[in-house]
Amino acid sequence: MIQIQTLHKKYGNVRALDSVDLTWNQGDVIALIGPNGSGKTTLIKCILGLVFPSAGDIHFMGRSILNSYEYRKDIGYMSQISRFPDQLRVGEMLDILTDVRNVKDSDRDMELYEEFKIEQIRDKTMKSLSGGTRQKVNSALAFMFSPKVLIMDEPTAGLDPVAVEILKGKIHRTDKSVRLMIITSHILSDLEDFASRINYLQDGKVRIDYSFAELREKSGESRLSKAIAHILNPS
Amino acid sequence: MIKIIKYFLIDIIKNKVILGLTLFFLVTSFSLLYLDENQTKAVLSLMNIVIIVVPLISMIFAGNYYFNAYEFKEVLLSLPVARTRIILSEMIAVSISLALSLGLGLGIPALIFGAGSTILYLILITMVLSVACAAIALLVVILSREKSRGLGLVLLAWFYFSLLYDVIIMTLLMNFSDYPLEKFVVFLAALNPIDLCRISMMLKLDISALMGYTGALYKEFFSSLIGSAFTLGTMLLWILIPTLISIRIYRKKDL
Repeated sequence: MIQIQTLHKKYGNVRALDSVDLTWNQGDVIALIGPNGSGKTTLIKCILGLVFPSAGDIHFMGRSILNSYEYRKDIGYMSQISRFPDQLRVGEMLDILTDVRNVKDSDRDMELYEEFKIEQIRDKTMKSLSGGTRQKVNSALAFMFSPKVLIMDEPTAGLDPVAVEILKGKIHRTDKSVRLMIITSHILSDLEDFASRINYLQDGKVRIDYSFAELREKSGESRLSKAIAHILNPS
Repeated sequence: MIKIIKYFLIDIIKNKVILGLTLFFLVTSFSLLYLDENQTKAVLSLMNIVIIVVPLISMIFAGNYYFNAYEFKEVLLSLPVARTRIILSEMIAVSISLALSLGLGLGIPALIFGAGSTILYLILITMVLSVACAAIALLVVILSREKSRGLGLVLLAWFYFSLLYDVIIMTLLMNFSDYPLEKFVVFLAALNPIDLCRISMMLKLDISALMGYTGALYKEFFSSLIGSAFTLGTMLLWILIPTLISIRIYRKKDL
């Protein structure tokens, strides 16, 4: 579904992405992990077209995304820090997204919207919301348009434990066979339940690119964190 | 595209800055026209204020809005909308709100006090000037990475067009006063939208006699039909060229 071909990205002298080659298929749930500054967010921004690669290409459903924007109708994105226009009210934000995407109100997936009780904060401005509440709005928006590709950058950061469980439940219920999910997180136990493929980035390079089953087999460990540690430092 | 322009406009109006600006223009224009019996003198004072204040306000407003709407643009960019359309919509929305603010703020008092064609011409030229200044400011902020530096450069651009440019021209004229520079000076005026508008307004006010020999040449050139077309065409270029460059840069910019 998404092919990343020898992708390079330089910021000045810093190599944020260094020859990244990855193929992600429909039905996969990708755990994109790596230390801070390893290039996860840059990679996601490249896929979204917010950042332009220095070299290489990204194909989305067989077509290059460079100089294209239509492909974004199939992507739902939950950003790391939910940056939203301050003065807009939650409800207005929702209406704008629905309107620009040209989606009928009845075709929206309102499950998270209801579970997070966003109806009650419709008239509040984004500025007045707490970080966690904003993240709830953000996740409800990412799922709302049932996208074929769902990208979540640190989805559980800032959420309270109850909200984390609601979000995890939603990820569980979502039909994964027709879509691709990409999740980054530092909390590996959150990813263990869903991940079908593990991609570990370090200094802009792909260090691990195995399916979860392969990773377990190669490392002889069943826990994700231990398996990764075993592959990176075989002792 | 119209949808996106609409959302930018709603966002700008919510900002309330533009309402404050309209009020400011309203009060300035009203008090000047009310206090001065002689309308020509009032229009002249208004012109002197407007020619300094409007470029400054337009540039700061457009530059500041670019950064204020940064998150809004990020949200739009995660949707299937082309970048060209987003930045062009922002430019159009900013232009509409500035032009409307000036049109209402300066226009309503003018209509109340019985406006002559001179003041209507002044308002029209000011509206065009504010859009050109917004286009220049947008280009400057797109070229810069952060807000403080971007707005600093916008101020510098205003300073250059409002003051520095005139100083340069004066120095040039003083040093080369032995040569026939008149035609060249007309050309130089076109390289600065603020100067161009100022000259065009002054000639409409019929005070070009104050400008000496060059004024006579200006009058001959700018009051002809070709001159008006030249002013209008040059102002359009001052709007179009910065906007087109902004779009080109924004299309390939990392956000």
